[in-house]
Amino acid sequence: MSSASNVVTIEGNEAAARVAYKVSEVIAIYPITPSSGMGEMADEWAANDLPNIWGTVPLVAEMQSEGGAAGAVHGSLQTGALTTTFTASQGLLLMLPNMFKIAGELTSAVFHVSARSVSAQALSIFGDHSDVMAARSTGWGLLASASIQEIHDLALIATAATLEARIPFIHFFDGFRSSHEVMKINEIDDETIRGMIDNEMVRAHKARALSPDNPVMRGTAQNPDVFFQARETVNPYYAACPGIVQNAMDRFSELTGRSYHLFDYVGPEDADRVIVIMASGAETVEETVHYLNETADEKVGVLKVRLFRPFSMEHFTAALPSTVKKISVLDRTKEPGSLGEPLYQDIVTAIVQGFSTGIVPFSEMPVITGGRYGLSSKEFTPAMVKSIFDEMTNDTPKNNFTVGIHDDLSGSSLEWDHSFSTEPDDVFRGLFYGLGADGTVGANKNSIKIIGEETDNFAQGYFVYDSKKAGSTTVSHLRFGKNPIHSTYLIDKANFIAIHQEQFFEKFEPLAKAVPGAILLINTTKPIDQVWDSLPRTTQEQVIEKGIDVWAIDAYEVAKANKMGARINTIMQTCFFAISGILPREEAIQKIKNTIKKTYGLKGEAVVEQNYAAVDNTLVNLHQVEVGDTVTSTLERKPIVPDHAPEFVKNVTAEIIAGRGDDLPTSLLPADGTYPLSTTRWEKRNIAMEVPVWDTEVCIQCNKCVMLCPHATIRAKVYDPKHLEGAPETFKSTPVTGRGFPEGWLYTLQVAVEDCTGCGVCVDICPAKNKAEPKLKAVNMEPQQPIREAEAANWEHFLGIDDYDRTALKTHLVKESQLLEPLFEFSGACAGCGETPYVKLLTQLFGDRTIIANATGCSSIWGGNLPTTPYAANKQGRGPAWSNSLFEDNAEFGFGMRLANDKQNEYAKELVSRLEAEIGQELADEILNADQSDETGIDAQRKRIAKVKEILAGSASSTATQLLTVADYLVKRSIWIVGGDGWAYDIGYGGLDHVLASGRNVNVLVLDTEVYSNTGGQASKATPRGAVAKFAAAGKPLPKKDLGMISMTYGNIYVAQVAMGANDTQCLKAFLEADAYPGPALIIAYSHCIAHGVDMTTGMTHQKAAVNSGHWPLYRYDPILREQDKNPFQLDSKAPSIPFEEYAYKETRFKVLTKTKPERAKMLLKEAQEDVDRKWESYEKLAGVVAKKEED
Amino acid sequence: MDLKTSYMGLNLSNPLVPGASPLTADVESCKQLEDAGAAALVLPSLFQEQIMHESEELSRRMLEGTESFPEALTYFPNFEEGFIGPESYLEHIRKVKEAVDIPVIASLNGITTGGWVDYSQLMVQAGADAIELNIYFLATGTEMTSGAIETIYSSILQETKLAMKKPIAVKIGPYFSALANMAKRLDDDGADAIVLFNRFYQPDIDLETLEVKPDLVMSTQYANRTSLRWIAILRGQIGASLAASQGIHTHEDVLKMIMAGADITQMTGSLLTNGNSYLSTVLENLTRWMEEKEYESLEQMKGCLCMKSVADPAAFERANYMKTLYSW
Repeated sequence: MSSASNVVTIEGNEAAARVAYKVSEVIAIYPITPSSGMGEMADEWAANDLPNIWGTVPLVAEMQSEGGAAGAVHGSLQTGALTTTFTASQGLLLMLPNMFKIAGELTSAVFHVSARSVSAQALSIFGDHSDVMAARSTGWGLLASASIQEIHDLALIATAATLEARIPFIHFFDGFRSSHEVMKINEIDDETIRGMIDNEMVRAHKARALSPDNPVMRGTAQNPDVFFQARETVNPYYAACPGIVQNAMDRFSELTGRSYHLFDYVGPEDADRVIVIMASGAETVEETVHYLNETADEKVGVLKVRLFRPFSMEHFTAALPSTVKKISVLDRTKEPGSLGEPLYQDIVTAIVQGFSTGIVPFSEMPVITGGRYGLSSKEFTPAMVKSIFDEMTNDTPKNNFTVGIHDDLSGSSLEWDHSFSTEPDDVFRGLFYGLGADGTVGANKNSIKIIGEETDNFAQGYFVYDSKKAGSTTVSHLRFGKNPIHSTYLIDKANFIAIHQEQFFEKFEPLAKAVPGAILLINTTKPIDQVWDSLPRTTQEQVIEKGIDVWAIDAYEVAKANKMGARINTIMQTCFFAISGILPREEAIQKIKNTIKKTYGLKGEAVVEQNYAAVDNTLVNLHQVEVGDTVTSTLERKPIVPDHAPEFVKNVTAEIIAGRGDDLPTSLLPADGTYPLSTTRWEKRNIAMEVPVWDTEVCIQCNKCVMLCPHATIRAKVYDPKHLEGAPETFKSTPVTGRGFPEGWLYTLQVAVEDCTGCGVCVDICPAKNKAEPKLKAVNMEPQQPIREAEAANWEHFLGIDDYDRTALKTHLVKESQLLEPLFEFSGACAGCGETPYVKLLTQLFGDRTIIANATGCSSIWGGNLPTTPYAANKQGRGPAWSNSLFEDNAEFGFGMRLANDKQNEYAKELVSRLEAEIGQELADEILNADQSDETGIDAQRKRIAKVKEILAGSASSTATQLLTVADYLVKRSIWIVGGDGWAYDIGYGGLDHVLASGRNVNVLVLDTEVYSNTGGQASKATPRGAVAKFAAAGKPLPKKDLGMISMTYGNIYVAQVAMGANDTQCLKAFLEADAYPGPALIIAYSHCIAHGVDMTTGMTHQKAAVNSGHWPLYRYDPILREQDKNPFQLDSKAPSIPFEEYAYKETRFKVLTKTKPERAKMLLKEAQEDVDRKWESYEKLAGVVAKKEED
Repeated sequence: MDLKTSYMGLNLSNPLVPGASPLTADVESCKQLEDAGAAALVLPSLFQEQIMHESEELSRRMLEGTESFPEALTYFPNFEEGFIGPESYLEHIRKVKEAVDIPVIASLNGITTGGWVDYSQLMVQAGADAIELNIYFLATGTEMTSGAIETIYSSILQETKLAMKKPIAVKIGPYFSALANMAKRLDDDGADAIVLFNRFYQPDIDLETLEVKPDLVMSTQYANRTSLRWIAILRGQIGASLAASQGIHTHEDVLKMIMAGADITQMTGSLLTNGNSYLSTVLENLTRWMEEKEYESLEQMKGCLCMKSVADPAAFERANYMKTLYSW
């Protein structure tokens, strides 16, 4: 590594963004995982006035979708600015139409793409090439980077080349594996960038710009006479492009010493087998090639494809050794139905064409096979590479193979030897298991920076997260060594393992991946002399067998003493340096302190001091554990799910929960992406340290806690005392209060302690206080561990109690509505989530007859991410049917569902009429004229349908068969279109507007968190003025869009704005009215969010401040009222009683601006108050309040 | 009329000084107060505890949920500039100093020795003409003795005094067993002024919610009697300047305090209620009264009714109940 260069330890996204920013004048952005980080950084740099290489700050603009970003890029390019964007997956697909135009107009541009799976049977945020391969036909160049250094370098090479070639480029690298891998690299300085960017070419780009001073037409419509020829005019540019790219690479090499070619071959000159591959997998193949050639006397090589398009046969054939007999081409994508994947097809074409024209160096036509690997970031390891090389030794090697999975359906997969490893002994390989909340990843990122930037070591970090937002587990994979690291795969053989949470021992065997002589570091609350005995049997066995050194610390105790709560990051990081020996102890501690200052300095001295103190207090609390000679433990891990779980859950879900999903064969997975409901109930996550405990004496049975619980873990039942039979001793009940319930019946409030997240919302909102000790309420938080077993048994008993008869409940009352069974439970949302209570309520009220169209976003992740999903069926087997189409099309998706239901309902009615004779006139009339406006009516209709089915069961008539197929559509169905504000206000707004205007009976629930929550809090048009968000780092300068008011202008749309924490009754009314309204209905639901920087425990009570300040007025606009000569607009909240500031400055998103830009904060606060005042005034007018006041 | 007064070495044109409050939190308001005749300004207190709390709280909230979920590894932008510290307060000092010509006194409530000293120095560097140490300890622990509390006051002052040359006032509460002794001790430790007295938030109980709620009730005129008494007692017993705080509503209150021995009077509540321009009314009334009574200067009346000067010094020592009895 050059000493003159600036060494930085950064992730792939930053490596790309740093260059892209420096060579751009305009950047259009839109968030999408895993590329969001690039846009975020560009926005932050612009907010901090960082100039590009021409000394001016690029203009960074967030758009409403990737389609919008591409349009803005196109316009900007056409008008002469050097312009870029960042995207991935579906985002790139939305850009395709513009990309055809940009390339067709020979426009210089580079898009930086962190390549990601395109949704098929499921969405996946992880990496493969299915997105960039879908862009092959656009005419854009495709340049692939394999490592973080390459991302940095090729980002510049692509920009230099596009300016000369006039072919736009997709510069891509693997999502997550490269975009999120942290690696020590040489940073390119501005001087080098200027050396690469030819200002003459920049001027030429600008000279082609549309200008009224030199007007031209571009983008005409052409006819059959000339379109074809005109399309062929670009050929010379494509022919010249590869040479231009290579020239740029050569120029780059002269400036930096880092050399690249369109196709880089690594291996012996006389190799007989070669793998052709692009992007990060090439690094692993290279590592394996070196290992096999050195240790196994093989002659294998790898050809790394950098410039995939335009494909240069000349450069490709020149790069291959003439001795090659077999070639295996690996694609990280799947094209179902094709003869092979794209890279394979191009390589085959190139060799066949080359062979026929004699320009290839081979005497014989080599055998060429193609295979798929690494879809959606599936692991791709040296063992798999070896299995491919081994397969190539066969006379007829398998073609169209897969590697990395077990395909027992089609037999495509190659087997591999899991024990094979190429990892050199001199590389430190550490695995750190932590929780998201404990800061493990952040600490490890700091460790990489320390080791990468302050020692000669090369450093690499990669981080694996689970798909839950609360209580999620993280695994950090850290490598350090004296030589460059090419291992683009997870650590499977670790010489250091840290367990930052002792409960992990209950879930998996962490030492399975330990090498002999490894070090194990444990954070445990056990006294040091009890640590050994506290380990499970299998762990003790591994420790003894592998001679593992065990160290332990009670990091929570140290954190507590230093007021750091659950964040044990600094403490565990200090332990790591203290026992790993990577750096001398004292030096390491000083460096940790320096990093603390850098990391936390901005947040103030208090946090810095706390961390310093934690470092100082760590070493005295770190002890080596005395390891026994024999296994003493009898602790065994419990089965992942109980034996009575459904087969699918046992065979598939449990395996995924256990972390063995990689081993599931194709035959066990649904082919069409269809999964059963009710699976979260089997995943007893036990993530809460404290859980609510019910006090029967204090409780007033209001059921508010049941309604506002975001996780459906606290539930109420009213029941016949006979259900107490067989109840566990600790099962609590009390006589039910309130009118209408049968005399002598009981009430129980039960907590699912193993599913609870411990968010504390229930305690916060509980209105009942213990009169003798007012700090206690009807529910109070207590440690979970001591009551876990008893309460788990109580929960089981509770579930067995009959639910109260739905038809007998007054569901417009909060108390009674909360006796309805939730068909949404234990989601993976953040603890204290503001969105999930609304969805839970929806399922309680209508879940047994609902279909949900769910926009991509938080709600599709906590609602639909494997391994377990929260939507559930009731005892009758009914429940919400749920699907996610895309981010942008959710309204239309739900609309289609409505059309299908309406049509089939209509058809079923026609059939009932036709079959009146068989069914009986009375029953037919009842069915056709059924009043299904309440639970009783729906229940009656269900019974009628059952009767019809019974009558027609034996009928041979085709009409009867037809009716039996569609009879269920005769029961009223509620179609709910659910999504966040990013969807409703921005990317999906056009479709939403159209669907709302259609008049069809759809219900739209907008979970308005006022940011793109799922991708990390980027500003949307729902973000209020003055709030800081990503893409609005300086505070959003414009007000929130009033989606409700816009929708009300149609006059026939039911619109409600609700905030459950502020007014649960109004919220309940709105849901019931929306469902009852026979046309389109829109509910905009205030959803506090972790991205607001609020205390999630008090999020619900904080909603009152949102309403009381006038930021979030509550209202319902019901067109039905107009028919009754009433004002359809009902304002349900009172005039603002507190200033906007009082609400806003309880939230970090507003407050932080007073620290970063106090003057701007003051200005925006004033304007935000004016927004509130203006809005309230217009609402009052709409409600007739003003007129009424004047009358009075 | 010569209303000049000297307060901890600062030569002021009159004894009317707006006290630490929201009044002086805004530069424009500071200018209005100067225009209305304020002789100096005491800026609102910088609370070290608040900075520490904000630092901890913002850090906690910005870190919450981070590095947990692959699509949202953070929820806020990366800020490149430091923002949790006394910077905004220091900037306020700078701006007020630029905006007004009268002396500006910065007020500080620290919680660590380092905090008192460091922040005081930073305030002086930012342009403060003097520092008012707003010291407040509620000794709720049964093991904490009055002696220990007094020592804390004393050491904070000593440490701060050692670190800077600008004058230092100490604002105290009335709850000392031996207040005169405490004042003497602060005087000996180098206090340039003592401000009598601090006004604290007092807890109240909300009967609906069964919660305790801290509350600050605006001072009434009657609230100045404690200050009046102790200023009168201390005048002549210690060398430090004396500032009267609490319940200064009218020119008559000002006159009484000056006669009792105050060098300045700090007004807050009355200005918050009546607006900044009310200060000029008080000033005019003060001048008119003195002219009517044919005083030549403020100095002439300063301390004329302090305990040492009055005919019946015991009047300041008696409890009100006794006085009432005697009156009867």
